[in-house]
Amino acid sequence: MAQVSLRKVVKAYEGGVQAVKGIDLEIADHEFVVLVGPSGCGKSTTLRMIAGLEEITGGDIAIGGTVVNDIPPRDRDIAMVFQNYALYPHMSVYDNMAFGLTLRKFPKAEIDKRVKEAARILDITPLLERKPKALSGGQRQRVAMGRAIVRDPKVFLFDEPLSNLDAKLRVQMRTEIKKVHQTVKTTTIYVTHDQVEAMTLADRVVVMNHGVIEQVGPPQVLYHTPATRFVAGFIGSPAMNFIPARLEEASGALRLHLPGGMSVDIPEARTARYRSYAGKDVVFGIRPEHLTDDKPTDKTNPAPMILTPEVIEPMGMETLAHFKLEGAELTARLDPATPAEVGQPLRLIAHMDQMHLIDPTTDKVI
Amino acid sequence: MSTTTTAQTHPRGIFHKAGSLRAERRWALWSAYISLVIAAIIMLAPPAYMLLTSIKTSAEIADLSGNPWWVRSPTFENYWALINNAMFRGFFWNSVKVTIAVVTLSMVISVLAAFALGRMRFWGSQFLATGVFLTYLVPDTLLFIPLYQIVGGLGLLDNAWGLVLVYPTLTVPFCTWIMIGYFASIPKELDEAALIDGANWLQMLTRIFIPVALPGIIAATIFAFTVSWAAFVYPTAFITSPSEMPMTIGVVSQLIRGDTFAWGQLMAGALLAALPPVVVYAFLMDYYIAGLTAGATKG
Repeated sequence: MAQVSLRKVVKAYEGGVQAVKGIDLEIADHEFVVLVGPSGCGKSTTLRMIAGLEEITGGDIAIGGTVVNDIPPRDRDIAMVFQNYALYPHMSVYDNMAFGLTLRKFPKAEIDKRVKEAARILDITPLLERKPKALSGGQRQRVAMGRAIVRDPKVFLFDEPLSNLDAKLRVQMRTEIKKVHQTVKTTTIYVTHDQVEAMTLADRVVVMNHGVIEQVGPPQVLYHTPATRFVAGFIGSPAMNFIPARLEEASGALRLHLPGGMSVDIPEARTARYRSYAGKDVVFGIRPEHLTDDKPTDKTNPAPMILTPEVIEPMGMETLAHFKLEGAELTARLDPATPAEVGQPLRLIAHMDQMHLIDPTTDKVI
Repeated sequence: MSTTTTAQTHPRGIFHKAGSLRAERRWALWSAYISLVIAAIIMLAPPAYMLLTSIKTSAEIADLSGNPWWVRSPTFENYWALINNAMFRGFFWNSVKVTIAVVTLSMVISVLAAFALGRMRFWGSQFLATGVFLTYLVPDTLLFIPLYQIVGGLGLLDNAWGLVLVYPTLTVPFCTWIMIGYFASIPKELDEAALIDGANWLQMLTRIFIPVALPGIIAATIFAFTVSWAAFVYPTAFITSPSEMPMTIGVVSQLIRGDTFAWGQLMAGALLAALPPVVVYAFLMDYYIAGLTAGATKG
């Protein structure tokens, strides 16, 4: 087990296209870090550079304090789980899991002990004699994880391991992966484009976009205090609402003028932070869960807004209502008991203590 | 309702009656069967006639009266004559040893070359792979004059082992090409997993690629076998002594004396020569098809 350090890591392809633009990241021993971002953001390339499957163009990668830039994958003491499982189709589950240890000339008894222990952890003992083609997607992914576990490597690398599974199985396997990490505690780097996976699994989430790291932090920190508009919009589902607005000062208090002639008061606790933006255009960010129906609430600083739903989506435990506010698409999370109807104006409450203001020129959260 | 109206107003529009699916299927099946039967007759008539001729006596073959497709007194004397003939057994043995050597040599070179060209990305690998295929397009009739000089220079003219050097010029390019295609259909994550598991390139080839690509390897092996077993132009050019001849030219050169054709033995010899490829194809046909169509349905 080991810590992983990325220092000014760059990946450039022929023709000068930079997939990763000089990222710095320190991953502690035993930590579970998830790299998340849209396709093409450089997250998989970063993982493959750590694995040694891609050469790095610049910077250093260190595993357990040793710079591994020029060390081949087999000597980095890492194990990787791939999206399409990459099981050896001609070998049984047992042989698939034992392959890495056989190549490293482990004694037979030791291999047997490790394979059986990993099979027990992953609950695949009855499948050991089967070939991969006789397994379901979830079972194959367990075998792929087993192949990683038996090696007892310094670092586990997961490259979108759940993307090929159906939604129900994905949730189940997510829990399995978390359980496995709690058992074996190996430093883990996990790549996904699914922010829910990132939030549920990670000790720390690394949000990447266009080859740079937008923000690193524990899931709750990213959710409550996003650093940029990208992170604010990427983390959380449904995504945060962004409304173009203008911040005005009137007798010491700040007020946000929204499209459609609406305006909401900025809580007093935030005035000092936002004062320098008075008189400027800003973007008002509020999550759907903080734009709710008007009912007695213990939240402070409720700001009323009247909006007309265009689409209502009852989800059972909640109802999502979608609105349009002069071009801006808004979503609110309502109590399922709220009598919301399409086309009927609805009084909503924006919980202003959970609001965000974004500078539209820098896209940074103020 | 509206559909009915449209169909009535525009009988020849998009709703025109195109015949039922079952009727169309019946027509398709009938035409397929008829074409296949015609093709089978064209393909099978010569070997069938060879078989009939081979079990006739010389007198019966020479007798032009009566139906040539009818055997009056079947006999295996032509087969026995060949099997009991030491020279014929020598032809057979020459074919066997040359074919085994050529297939082994071709497969070792092709698998290694295809693995290197298809999987190990290096400068010029793409160019080399195309070059290998272009080599295959050169007809053997063009090559046998320079090859004659090379084989002669090595002192291997009129020697069955000389053929072992010559046939791979035909088999290696095609087998390499088949194997490059087959290796390309194996997902790259498999090599990456093996690399991370600790395999070197040779282990990756022997432990992962060869077992996974077995259908492709078998297809290439069958091809090399067929080319080597059935080669006619090269042995005709390079071999003159009966003791070094393979079946293909041995049968023709020894059973045709001037203008005397030993038709019965010629046919029996040709059928015996065709037997090994038939046996090989019969057992390995499924692998052959799987090998040649690999990658056709994968994205």
